[in-house]
Amino acid sequence: MKIALTVNGRPAALDVAPRTTLADCLRHALGLTGTHLACEHGVCGACTIIVDGAAVRGCLTLAVQADGAEVTTVEGLAGDGDLTPLQEAFRRHHALQCGFCTAGILTTLHALLSENPDVEADEIREVLSGNICRCTGYIPIVEAALEARAAYRRASDPAP
Amino acid sequence: MKAPPFTLHRPATVDEAVALLADLADEGALVLAGGQSLVPMMALRLAYPPDLIDINGIAGLDRIEVSGDHLVIGALARHHDFRRPVAPGPFGALLAHISGEIAHYPIRTRGTFCGSLAHADPASEWCLTAATLGAEMVLQSQAGRRAVPVAEWFEGAMATVREPEELLVEVRLSRPAEDAVWGFYEFNRRAGDFAIGAALAGYRLEGGAMRDVRIGVGAVEEVPRRLEEVEAALEGEAPGPEAFRTAAEIAARAVEPLEDFATPADYRRDLAVTVIERALLEAGADRPDQRGMAA
Repeated sequence: MKIALTVNGRPAALDVAPRTTLADCLRHALGLTGTHLACEHGVCGACTIIVDGAAVRGCLTLAVQADGAEVTTVEGLAGDGDLTPLQEAFRRHHALQCGFCTAGILTTLHALLSENPDVEADEIREVLSGNICRCTGYIPIVEAALEARAAYRRASDPAP
Repeated sequence: MKAPPFTLHRPATVDEAVALLADLADEGALVLAGGQSLVPMMALRLAYPPDLIDINGIAGLDRIEVSGDHLVIGALARHHDFRRPVAPGPFGALLAHISGEIAHYPIRTRGTFCGSLAHADPASEWCLTAATLGAEMVLQSQAGRRAVPVAEWFEGAMATVREPEELLVEVRLSRPAEDAVWGFYEFNRRAGDFAIGAALAGYRLEGGAMRDVRIGVGAVEEVPRRLEEVEAALEGEAPGPEAFRTAAEIAARAVEPLEDFATPADYRRDLAVTVIERALLEAGADRPDQRGMAA
């Protein structure tokens, strides 16, 4: 089936089989391998991407369902070269080690903090329960998210 | 694994969707709404539908609106849509609280309320909600519409009275009394896992006594349901930890628990008592900041 979507601000027109997941489509058809796949049935959170502003599982969304949608992957979070405040906070707090789960955690937290820049630590922890990290540990990830809230608050303030 | 191949259909209207179902349901066509249970079942090769009818392009199915004594919930209303209260008072707060207990954040943004009712997993939070508060499932096919009360909806685990050619277009969830207080408690071994015991408890206070007590238990038996024996034990009593405990213990004799390799029936029986007691304590506390911590 032919689909047209916007990925990280760039238009993409593709012909995909209906059973292709959005995560596979991004990786194989578009070469965006920043989105990682592990369990492929919605449990681990590695493939989390942002579709029309909402964090979703890339492995539980069919590529054909993203027809007309705006998709953001980990590659699209930062501009040219600069890290986002969330990514900066991850570096400062050592919130990643092997990095396999990091793409899904960054997209999840970006969607969460964009939706609610005042989110409390308890809710951050609950949300992070959907992303399996087996080496870093969650404490530095929570600290990075808490610190990044200030930048999202500034971004959500109406322009002076 | 990857899902087996299928043909995708994208109806633009409910009429188109039910026409497709009339043609294809006999051969195993399934409806795709949120896809948060169906797509993993296909990836695990537990489901092999030759056709999927994707209803996500149908306008208007995402509505959630108060209508008389019901909350009308369309087939595309997502779990996360309930996170900001959709109705005033304790009812909206209760649905917001329950929605936050379902799976994980990126699953809640896609999964749907009606999909949960159609899928009928014994551990479903929304199935427990519908069974406890009361609800009607509105089914549409080319033969017309029919509404099924929740008491007649479930046939067993993952089984409902919906015919293959029928589309669940909306659920009408009964609105409880404005002055009822509510508690919801679920237990699982890891955050976001399927519950292995869940309870929804509510009552009104009248002159210090509990009235219109509702106690529902889910994830314990094949089908979530109200426990009338427990409700009767609380009716007219004053709320308090002792009354809650005594009534909750009745559940141990009232339920016939599911059993699986990780969870023996006796464990689930004990858990039913505990989740009911904690849901009652939460309703009694009625303090959102204490939710899930009452014990």
